[in-house]
Order: sequence, then C-alpha cells, then structure tokens
Amino acid sequence: MESMEIAEKLQDHFPGEVLEICDFHGQVGVIVKRDRIVDILRWLRDTPEIKMDHFMDLCGVDNKKRLGGNLLRFEVVYNLYSIPLRHSIRIRAQVPENDACIDTATGLWCGANWHERECYDLMGISFNGHPDMRRILLPDDWVGHPLRKEYPLKGREEWSGLVELKHKVVELQEFGLSDGTLRTEAEQSQTEGNEKS
Amino acid sequence: MTRPISKTVNVPVADGDGERYTLKMGPQHPATHGVLRVDLELDGETIIKCSPQVGYLHRGFDKIAENRTYAQSLILTDRLDYIAAMANNVGYCVAVEKLLGISVPLRAKYIRTIVCEMSRIASHLLWLATHALDIGAMTVFLYCFREREVMLDLFEELCGARLTFSYPRIGGVRQDVTRSFIDVLQQFVAEFPVHIGEYETLIDTNRIWLKRTVGIGVLSAAEALELGLTGACLRGSGVDYDIRKHRPYDAYDLVDFEVPLSNDGDIYARYRCRMEELHQSARIIQQCIDQLPPGPIISEDAPDLVMPLQGQRKVEAGSSTYGTGLIRLLEEHGQYPVGDIYVSTEVPKGELGFYFISDGSGRPYRMHVRSPSFIHIGALPALAEGSMIADLIANIGTLDVVLGECDR
Repeated sequence: MESMEIAEKLQDHFPGEVLEICDFHGQVGVIVKRDRIVDILRWLRDTPEIKMDHFMDLCGVDNKKRLGGNLLRFEVVYNLYSIPLRHSIRIRAQVPENDACIDTATGLWCGANWHERECYDLMGISFNGHPDMRRILLPDDWVGHPLRKEYPLKGREEWSGLVELKHKVVELQEFGLSDGTLRTEAEQSQTEGNEKS
Repeated sequence: MTRPISKTVNVPVADGDGERYTLKMGPQHPATHGVLRVDLELDGETIIKCSPQVGYLHRGFDKIAENRTYAQSLILTDRLDYIAAMANNVGYCVAVEKLLGISVPLRAKYIRTIVCEMSRIASHLLWLATHALDIGAMTVFLYCFREREVMLDLFEELCGARLTFSYPRIGGVRQDVTRSFIDVLQQFVAEFPVHIGEYETLIDTNRIWLKRTVGIGVLSAAEALELGLTGACLRGSGVDYDIRKHRPYDAYDLVDFEVPLSNDGDIYARYRCRMEELHQSARIIQQCIDQLPPGPIISEDAPDLVMPLQGQRKVEAGSSTYGTGLIRLLEEHGQYPVGDIYVSTEVPKGELGFYFISDGSGRPYRMHVRSPSFIHIGALPALAEGSMIADLIANIGTLDVVLGECDR
C-alpha cells in the first residue's frame, strides 16, 4: 500500500488526532496530537492490511527554530516499516514545552525502551509508563539536555565528575603518583604562561 | 622465594536459597568489545538481572552535525562503526543524496557496492575472530586476521587509510579504482570461498563450539522483531529483512544475491547466517567487477570538496563559484529542500538509519543516527537473563556490537 493511502486511512480512523499530512520525496509524515499516540501506533501495528511490525526508529526533535502552523515546541518522530508488506510511514507527535511528556511505546515494542531513554536523555522529553526512565548516554548527574536548541555546542560547564578527577590528579601529584596529564585550567594557563615568557 | 599461599575463596553456588550478589563486568573487559559495562545480578552462576550501561564513548554526533554542512559531517560517520567505516560512509552519502535529490553515476554506484561488501567481509571476519576467541577458539582468530589484512591493504591502496576512510562522497566517490586494485580483489574473491571453508573446518562441527552455541541465546522471530533487532541477528530468527533487497540502494538491484536465513534463532544460527553472508559478499563483488561500467565517478551536483571536472564545468576567472559545489548547488536548485527524510542502509551490523530534517539552510536542522549496535545492546537482557554467566560472553559476541556506534 502507498504511504499516502495509509495516512488517509489513519486520518479516517482518528479524525480528531491527525493535524497534517506531509509528503517529501515519497516519504509520508503524519503530524498527530500526542494524547492517543499509543492507540495510533497499536492500530498501525495490528491492522492486517497495514501491519507495521518493524519499529525502525524513534527520535525527539526541538522545533524552537522551525516554522510550522501545527508544530509545538517538541515532537517525537516514529519511523515504522512493515516487513511483509514493504511500506513505511512516519508519525510525528507534537509535545508542548510546558508539559514535555508522552505515553510510552514500550508496551507495543519492547525495543522502544532504549530509543525512549535516549530521547529523554538528550532532548528532555519523558515517557509516561516507561519501565526505566533514566539517562542512558550521559552521566546520571548531568545538567541539561544537549540536543535542545538553546544548549550551546560546547556545553555549559565541565561535568562534576571530571572536576573531581582533576582534583584527585593534583592530590596524587604530591606523592609523585601522577604524570599530570589531567590538569586543572588554572595550572594549564600557568604552564602556558611560563612557556611564553 | 616462596609462593604466596592462595586464600580459599567462597564461590557462591546457585543453591536456590535466593542469596544474590551483584557483579560489574567491564567497562575494561576484553570480551565486551569496547567500553561496555554490564551490571549483573547473580544467583550463583545464573544471571537474574542484566543491565548494560553505555555512553562511555558518547561524543554527541547529533549535536555536532547540526553545526556543520552536510559534506563536513561525513567524517563523523567513520567514527561510528570503525570496523566497517566504509559502509557507514556510504549509508550517510545515500541518505544525503536522497535528501538533496542528487543522482549518482553508475560507475560510482558499482564502486560503492564493492567497498560496502568489502567492509562487510572485513567486519564479519573481525566478528568471527573475536567471537571465536571469546568462546575459546584461538586459531580462528589468526586465520581471520590473515584475510582481513588483505581487505585493509586494498582499502589503503584505494584511499590511503586503513580504518577511517571517508572515501565515498555525497554524489559519488573520491577517486577511481586502479587496475591493480581490481586485480588483487579479483584474486581475493576467487580464493575467498576456500578460506571460508578453512574457518568452517575449525569450528563448524567442533564439539566445544557446538556446546557453547547451539540452543543458547534463542530468540523467536516475534521476539527478535519486537526487540528491534536487524541484520544477521534478525535473519538468524527467520525474518526475511535485508534492506539491500527491500529498499535497494547503489547497485544492489543490479546484482544477484541471496539472503541467508535460519529458523533456529540461536547463536549457531546467527553464526551460520553470517558465514553464508561472506559467500554472498564475495559473489556480489565478483559481479560488480564483471559489470563495472566506464564513466564519471562523481556527480556534477556533488556538494563537496572535489575540484570541478575540466571542461565540463565552465567557471570564469575570479568567480566565487570556483571549486565550491556547495554554492553551485545553491544556484541551481535555488535553495536546499525543506523537509525530513529517513534513509537506512544494510551495514554489517544491521540497519543503519539516518534521519535528517532540513530547514533550507546548508546544515541539517536535526540529524539522528539509528545505530544497530545501540538497539542490539538494548536487547542483551532479553538474551542473557536466566542463562549462565559464561553464556553472557557468547551472547555479547553474537550480537556483533561496536561501542563507537552505540554511543555515537
């Protein structure tokens, strides 16, 4: 089935949920509200003539600098594919800024677990009902969500664990136990100043 | 000097009294193939709970890519799966070409198919070598590295690098293949099935190998699909999903090959699938060499660092467009397209997907990498929980993960 047909069927079945259907290079994306996202995904997976059985990808997007009438601050993008029927569709669920959460898809595909943890870690969208909603790539005590548009490319400050490690290096140097490869910023500027003079 | 007397250590045995203890395996464990830490909760030698911890290699590729042009981000993909960097490069290029609407010359398509399959051979050889080494078969390691060396030498001749290639370009490839490259490759492909036979004689019916792999880490087709596994891990459970057949890219629709499947779903089945894939890769390379057409190797629209072709691209002296395909593209198409696209390719580890959002500027508004290793490590608890701790090593090996790709 063509992706556009699936999108139209989806619109017929969930008339209040579908906001917009976009087509780009033959790939169809359906912008939906977040409230019934699990029902929509379940319908796509279980309807026999659609049968989206392969959960390809999930990622979060920050729409802060992007224009569009139906776009809220965040969106969660689901890329689904049907292995027996060989068609695909993209679902883009809109998530508001003041309540950045959406229902989890782990009940439908347990493989969504790590995708959703990554989305929470890097974008700060939390998933209701997720069995293990923790950071995954960054340390647990990291501050902020790096893929948000306001987060600077270089980051904001050094991670507390690294600062701790640098102090440890300084302590060990007194006993000749460290070669000083991890230096604090003050020390670094001091040695650079010495080299210049 | 007297030897220190070894102390008696009380090793807990699964006696059913429910006494549990935790063990942190890694991140410096050699059998975890990189910096993977697995937190285990054990009852004797049985794994009750397995919780993989990743992120030690996180470099923030998604964020970096948002601040670079499409051509500049190509080198990041080398650092994803560094065992098969060529396949990642091609996957990235295919995705950007689809986004920007660039058509690739036929010769470049064939060359890219060749290098993709070469990297599949290199990757599968390294997988077999380390997987066998983990389980205890040392000789296979030496045999596999012998052939992998030929592949790396060929890559070096092609582009000067042995690990991080950046050889494919958006719109084609960087350099044409040489006659000697084709000759050596031709000879390798002709001999390679004999070498595969050599590995198989060592382990195919080896009793230890069979005891460690048959019936271990079993996944049904439905379970593998639900976990999101792709590549040989999914095909070992009998699901016929190979992106080279489902959504062909480059020259895969022009060559003839089979997708090996197995219905057993255990470690041995996945091993057999990958061994058959080695045969098919050699077959694809042979066909590509036979069919390799003459012609250009890079598209004229390529937004890249390649110098314009002599005589074909008229440039006036002092013109600012000289040598910058980026500006040329802007002129011809007016602007970059606005939209989003998800394109995936079949890399040796599974399905590598790139999701791009373009907002019309020369940089991706959002780039997301769907890396197979990330999903595969996420599936590790499903394989390991309830099994013995020794089988965890075999289970990590059979998933064929690379942590550079997992952590991005």
